Amino acid sequence: MLSVRDARVVLGGHEALAGVDLEVERGTIVAVLGPSGSGKSTLLRAIAGLQRLDRGSVTLGDRPLAGVPPHRRGIGLMFQDDALFPHRDVAANVSFGLRMQHVARTAAAARVAELLDLVGLDGREHRTVGSLSGGERKRVALARALAPAPRVLLLDEPLGALDRPLHDRLVVELRELFDEIRQTAVYVTHDVAEAFAIGTRVAVLREGSIVQVATPERLWAAPGDAWVARFIGLANIDERGGTAFVTRPEGVVFRPDPRGDAVVSSSQRDGPVVTLRARYDDGREIVSAHTGLAPPAPGARVLVEIDAAAVTEVPAAAAAVAPLPSADAAID
Amino acid sequence: MDPGRPALRRGWDVATAAIPAAFVALFFAFPLLAILERGLTSAEGPWLPAGTGGLLWFTIWQAAASTVLTLAAGLPLAWAIGRFRFRGRSLARALVLVPFVLPTVVVATAFLALLPAGYERGIWAILAAHVFFNIAVVTRIVGGAWATIDPASAEAAAVLGAGPWRRAREVTLPQLAPALSAAAALTFLFCFTSFGVILILGGAGRATLETEIYNRAARLFDLQAAAVLSLLQLGAVAVVLAVASVLEARAGAASTLADEDVVLRRPAGRERIAVVTVLAVSALVLVLPLAVLVHRSLGTWGALFHETPALLVEPWQAAVYSVAFASVAALIALAVGGLAALALAKRPPGAADGFVLLPLGASAVMLGFGFLIAFDEPPLDFRSSWWLVPVAQSLVAAPFVVRIVVPALRSIDPQLREVAATLGASPAHAWREVDLPLAGRAFAVAAGFAFAVALGEFGATVFVARAEQPTLPVAIFRFLGRPGAENQGVAAALAVVLAGIAVGAALAAERVADGRGRSL
Repeated sequence: MLSVRDARVVLGGHEALAGVDLEVERGTIVAVLGPSGSGKSTLLRAIAGLQRLDRGSVTLGDRPLAGVPPHRRGIGLMFQDDALFPHRDVAANVSFGLRMQHVARTAAAARVAELLDLVGLDGREHRTVGSLSGGERKRVALARALAPAPRVLLLDEPLGALDRPLHDRLVVELRELFDEIRQTAVYVTHDVAEAFAIGTRVAVLREGSIVQVATPERLWAAPGDAWVARFIGLANIDERGGTAFVTRPEGVVFRPDPRGDAVVSSSQRDGPVVTLRARYDDGREIVSAHTGLAPPAPGARVLVEIDAAAVTEVPAAAAAVAPLPSADAAID
Repeated sequence: MDPGRPALRRGWDVATAAIPAAFVALFFAFPLLAILERGLTSAEGPWLPAGTGGLLWFTIWQAAASTVLTLAAGLPLAWAIGRFRFRGRSLARALVLVPFVLPTVVVATAFLALLPAGYERGIWAILAAHVFFNIAVVTRIVGGAWATIDPASAEAAAVLGAGPWRRAREVTLPQLAPALSAAAALTFLFCFTSFGVILILGGAGRATLETEIYNRAARLFDLQAAAVLSLLQLGAVAVVLAVASVLEARAGAASTLADEDVVLRRPAGRERIAVVTVLAVSALVLVLPLAVLVHRSLGTWGALFHETPALLVEPWQAAVYSVAFASVAALIALAVGGLAALALAKRPPGAADGFVLLPLGASAVMLGFGFLIAFDEPPLDFRSSWWLVPVAQSLVAAPFVVRIVVPALRSIDPQLREVAATLGASPAHAWREVDLPLAGRAFAVAAGFAFAVALGEFGATVFVARAEQPTLPVAIFRFLGRPGAENQGVAAALAVVLAGIAVGAALAAERVADGRGRSL
């Protein structure tokens, strides 16, 4: 459906995109995951036509998009800070794209009502933008982006600035909504949990290059290299020469035992999961994900049991990406 | 800047910059070159006329004295408006602006009527008129900055043991300093290039560079001396303007920037008395000259409809010409200044901004004089063209348009245009749907100010207005130059008309702005 080939963008002498290849199948969502400065926003802007490519191509269906201006691409975009038109009410914001397509007034009104219903804001056509809460603003921005039925919807960290409970609720709603309308989308985020929740597949972007594309399950089970493993939150990485052994924390159990070879150093509950850290007598550290009640307390001596199926062998953090002196957060 | 912008958009960009540039080249740079040529290539060579040293000295020290007095008079009002919330505060803010939009000729006429015999012309009259005229600058800039200084910083100092004087000296004053120096620099610039006030109130022997250029060119027909003095004035103004723009840029980045609603509080105890006193005295100072002006005009209104030896037309017709010329000038200024603002708003603030503002300081008299000697031979013989007047006025007004519109355009989130594009809006559509509505208020304010400025424009207009189509300031000047109470009365009546139209336009503009965004 959407296909990006060898996309390269140089910004201020710095290679923001260093030859990106990305395929998005119809009706699927690709979550582009990367730290800040990795080129995520640049990639979205290039797809939308807001940023010219220095090399490579973007193709939608079988139509090459080189030279096609943003307003003729049929690609929608939703920004992190919504960018709602402050001088228009909710209905006028949502119907903006329909007006640009010269959709008849009554048909547009019906479509606006349908979309506001879809995002859970039915009947709020005439609210002013200034009177909306943070969550409502997101919903209006989403309805506005979806109204002209874009063939691909791009989302640039749309839930970035929300408080946690609202963020978590909207992540679930978004995924359900996209599945319901079978929307093709590219969703950019630096938040691993968000990428896993939204993406049919997750593309990991590092310093302008995509280092791995996989389903969330596959990514968790088999990260492409030690850098990816570390970035998606896998802590038990043992690098030996060119290889690294990654032990997923859910396969590690700390069993209280006075003859154990490790001591629990910290215990941190986040919802149903308790993250436990322990230090071996030889100084190495290991992390365990505990799901029960009453985990071993810090200071307790434990025996570390590791499920062999939870250990994956991956290449050590590849220096495949050329070292860039100014590869900091200046781009994103 | 943005490599993602398609070629079509770039063509439009070039047009927005090229049209104002061509306008400025023909009607500003070219007359300037004509002056340069006249001043540097005459037979006697480019030597300064005798007495230039004294002229320059008086120009500088009257501007400096005016600035100091204006600061002294404006600071209490800035304090009252910048620190306190009281009923009628926004009205007070608007009224303070009134003298600033009054044409200089009106202010001069009012002080001529106000001051006692023997003092109505001379240095004191000049200083008083300059203070009256520029109080708005100090009050708006300093009061505006004061209202954004977070009281928490003074509170922190108090908790750390600083008394009221120490707090004022070590916390408030340093945060206020950029605004103070910016207001001082602007006031100095306005007084340095002041023309109408000094020409009318200066009396015999009191001349600045600006009035002397007029004197040499229009009265003595010594064009060479006028040209040399113009060059001197241009150099001096460039220096003042450079200093002013540096100081102003610093004012923009001033202090802690708290929200006004947090800073303003109701005055309590002795503060209450002080605020009331300041407001009452200021009101008296600001209202008295205008009241006297109206009083002086009484009984002479009938004369507006009689033929007079002072003019080739009946006096009331000057008002018609004034409004017509100022309307055309406002349209030109809006078009040229608006396009320049579009081009400027695309780049970050910087040197180009100052360049556009050059005509603001570069002396209206010099502009008029330049028109006189630049457009006097075919194919550029425009001396008998009516449109030379609105063009000259628009050059004086356009920098105000740029000043008002550029910040409004810069404050529009570029993402709004991008989101409009992804929703199917072409660049032209995006401009119409996003930029125009969001900057529309600024355009309306700019139109009002451009009209008011053009209406009161005197220094350039006095050179290019034709005798049978005088504007109000020119007509007032003619009447003031004739002896007799009757002529002075007609001048006052015309000044009241002029003031009414100018203030009406500016207040209408301010109303549209609705207090959003400072207009200075």
